[in-house]
Amino acid sequence: MRRFVLIAIPYVWLLALFLVPFAIVLKIALSDAAVARPPYFPQFDWAEGIAAFIAELDFENFVWLTEDDLYWKAYLSSLKIAVISTFFTLLAGYPIAYGMARAPEEWRPTLMMLVILPFWTSFLIRVYAWMGILSNEGFLNQFLMWIGVISEPLTILNTNSAVYIGIVYTYLPFMILPVYSALERLDGSLIEAAEDLGCSRLTAFWLVTIPLSKTGIIAGSFLVFIPVLGEFVIPSLLGGSDTLMIGKVLWEEFFSNRDWPVASAVAVVLLLLLVIPIVLFQRNQQKQQEAE
Amino acid sequence: MNRMSWFNAVSLTLGFAFLYIPMVILVIFSFNESKLVTVWAGFSTKWYGELLENEAFLNAAWVTIKVAVFSSTMATVLGTIAAYVLVRGGRFMGRTLFSGMIYAPLVMPEVITGLSLLLLFIGIGLDRGVFTIVLAHTTFAMCYVSVVVSSRLVTFDRSLEEAALDLGCSPAEAFRLVTLPIIAPAVISGWLLAFTLSLDDLVIASFTSGPSATTLPIKIFSAVRLGVSPEINALSTIMISIVTVGVITASLVTKHQVARQKREEQAAERA
Repeated sequence: MRRFVLIAIPYVWLLALFLVPFAIVLKIALSDAAVARPPYFPQFDWAEGIAAFIAELDFENFVWLTEDDLYWKAYLSSLKIAVISTFFTLLAGYPIAYGMARAPEEWRPTLMMLVILPFWTSFLIRVYAWMGILSNEGFLNQFLMWIGVISEPLTILNTNSAVYIGIVYTYLPFMILPVYSALERLDGSLIEAAEDLGCSRLTAFWLVTIPLSKTGIIAGSFLVFIPVLGEFVIPSLLGGSDTLMIGKVLWEEFFSNRDWPVASAVAVVLLLLLVIPIVLFQRNQQKQQEAE
Repeated sequence: MNRMSWFNAVSLTLGFAFLYIPMVILVIFSFNESKLVTVWAGFSTKWYGELLENEAFLNAAWVTIKVAVFSSTMATVLGTIAAYVLVRGGRFMGRTLFSGMIYAPLVMPEVITGLSLLLLFIGIGLDRGVFTIVLAHTTFAMCYVSVVVSSRLVTFDRSLEEAALDLGCSPAEAFRLVTLPIIAPAVISGWLLAFTLSLDDLVIASFTSGPSATTLPIKIFSAVRLGVSPEINALSTIMISIVTVGVITASLVTKHQVARQKREEQAAERA
């Protein structure tokens, strides 16, 4: 009996506040927009029965998503931004993780803390910090003009480049930590063996270190890719009006256009888009656990 | 140090410079006299003074702290139970669905979580305000707590619990006297994680809050949309300092505890 209650408490909570809300999103995605409160149709009505209710639902909103190219472009551009920024995060994060794993052992806890500290700091503030750096009269332009690289300020804020910089910056710890933990476990004698057998440093790195840190690279990449796909704060603060990301479109559809059915349909498609990377990520984690 | 060390030194220096320079600039320019954030015009603490007189920000900060304390405490209780059930509960009906519901919110885009909860609250006619934000934050934070706590439960030696039961403890006593003290560090870090997540959250709070409850991130976001402002820099500096002090204290405490545990284990071995 006690066991039943213990299981039931979190179970019911998650059913009520996680699963049921999804069912509602799905239902509203299949409804029509209406000038009413709440602004969609049909409303569920016990008196009319379930069959009549289901008959009113249709895929109109999803058809609409394929017809208006705003949505297509937003999905594609979110995918593009997520892929490119994951790549750059890996490019920036790998050398840092590598340096940490090769650092003297007594430094490592401190270095680790230095990576984790930004992670505990407000996300919003870290994105905001870049607004002052990247603006036309910002610190980056001041610096570049001072050392004489450019004579005119570059426009970076409110472009896609600013979005990339913001993503790499805020998601860097998510890449560093898994890669570091893979590299730290790596047995140094394997690299020595490769070098003894005639590999150059670079070949040894390419043939031994990279493959052995693969699980860390994959885990880090998914930890960046998955949340970036639905990112809202970074594109809306650092991006421009032409920065299309699906999280931003959903937000605007809901708050500005007040078109709840279309916003819900956007959410459903975003979720379907995420299923593949999430499943792949899960599989990678399982493989890693089995290896240990 | 090996031959590659210059490369490592350079990549570490550049990497940490990249991570920290933006925050350092933010902190320095919060003490700037000028309203223009990017031009230095002398040292001043006036923005801190203005911040402390800005009632909208103070109210929002109060709401945020209230939400964070309530939601992280509830999330810790629910998340610890969920972790215990997942690791020790054995087989039960719908276990796969349950573990799915624990892991799914971790990878769910915030816009979707926010939207779905809002639609639920409207559907059941719940007035949006502090209460609905607490419900929303508790739901996603409990999943983080349960992941943290279950990773500790998995590694812990089950025979300790069994010994307590054999010696006449009831299951509840065994949990309170044996299990809880051992998983306590994980429970505490789960609470801290839940607290920070709640403090930090903009998207879910924006969906689930009503006109009566504005949290600090919502306030910051709407101010920041109009551009950089020295007041926000001052506020950011305060938040960064709190986090820095907290993280350093926590890591010192853990270090101390690990050292003590080692000493105790060594003493036990000698005995």
